[in-house]
Amino acid sequence: MQMHTAKRVEIVIEKPLESRLTDALNEAGVTGYTIVPVRGGSGRSGPWTREGQVGRAGMVMIVCLIRPERLDSLLDAAFAVVERHIGVVSVTDAQVLRAERF
Amino acid sequence: MTEILSLAGSNLASPIILSFALGLAAALARSDLSIPEAVAKGMSIYLLFAIGFKGGASVAAHGIDSTLLKALAAGIVLSFGLPFIAFALLKTLTGMSRLDAAAVAAHYGSISIVTFVAATSILEGRGIPSEGYMVAVAAAMEAPAILSALWLVARNGKGGRMEPGLMREILLNGSIVLLVGSFVIGMVTGERGLAEIAPFIVTPFKGVLCLFLLDMGLVAGRGLRQSKGVLGGGAVLFGVTMPMIGAVIGLGLGALIGLSMGGVVLLMVLAASASYIAVPAAMRVALPEANPSIYLTLSLGVTFPFNLTLGIPLYVALATMMIGG
Repeated sequence: MQMHTAKRVEIVIEKPLESRLTDALNEAGVTGYTIVPVRGGSGRSGPWTREGQVGRAGMVMIVCLIRPERLDSLLDAAFAVVERHIGVVSVTDAQVLRAERF
Repeated sequence: MTEILSLAGSNLASPIILSFALGLAAALARSDLSIPEAVAKGMSIYLLFAIGFKGGASVAAHGIDSTLLKALAAGIVLSFGLPFIAFALLKTLTGMSRLDAAAVAAHYGSISIVTFVAATSILEGRGIPSEGYMVAVAAAMEAPAILSALWLVARNGKGGRMEPGLMREILLNGSIVLLVGSFVIGMVTGERGLAEIAPFIVTPFKGVLCLFLLDMGLVAGRGLRQSKGVLGGGAVLFGVTMPMIGAVIGLGLGALIGLSMGGVVLLMVLAASASYIAVPAAMRVALPEANPSIYLTLSLGVTFPFNLTLGIPLYVALATMMIGG
């Protein structure tokens, strides 16, 4: 089957920043992404979990699959939002089946 | 003194406080007991709707007077002013950075609606009436403190900016919309409306509050366990001193504007409580460099349990002593 090279960008960020990040991505022309709630984890700020009382908003993960040539504009837009905040941004090489969709 | 001790004793032995203690103990003992997130959210919606509706229905029954506007103004003044006192106290008692101190100060100017709900429940249990519109005062006190904290930080050029859209997010925060919305519904439909849904929002209220506080105990216990060493002695001292300072100012203002004794107690509780929902989310956007472990542990792990167990009975006793029953 024909496969196409793509980049998979994962951004883990605090929930209150979610709409700011998706707005920035939309403005940068990145309209395809998936938002995944994150159950918990541990990092530089210590362990955390989203279990329990509403309001302790926790984190979300935003996953984008894009063409390699669009990576820089996505990262510029994302970095402007996440620069000062807790979170993780990672990029991995990926293969997709239907290139016209990305 | 005997009165305060007996009130504190009966408060400590109530199902509400014991449920909170159970959650706290379970989390500290590393039990796997947990309330699913969706259930906690559902209970929170229920409690906010019920307390807002009952407040509105009470206003419909007793009418609106000029004290309502005075109480709203007092609440807003408290929310704007308390962060400055909290900030000065933090700088005296702790070695906290200006940024962390400002973020903590914002929490202490804003309010904890669960502490407010627990206080109304305790007042009802003791047969002390209060003004229904205190719910609206609670809603009005959520946001101003955030502006004071941002000003404290911006004054020294350390960031702290009001991002576009943040004020809208704070003012249209789900809790505020639900509280104010159900208050208006209660006011419009009055006692007839309340009678129609009383089996849902009155009878099961305390039971739901118990379960909700069980969850709060779990969250507070987990927070305390995970933040070991985050708070020094000075910060813990702040966490129990600041509520009492706020309560005393609330007592003075409440008496000045002519609230009933129950109303004064609720204003004291609002001034004494610290936010752990609206303000932390706003601080993550506006002051992301401030350490969330410090303000969440102080607000949820120190001040919330203090107010729930000792604070509220103390405020009731103080108000009884100063302005009578």
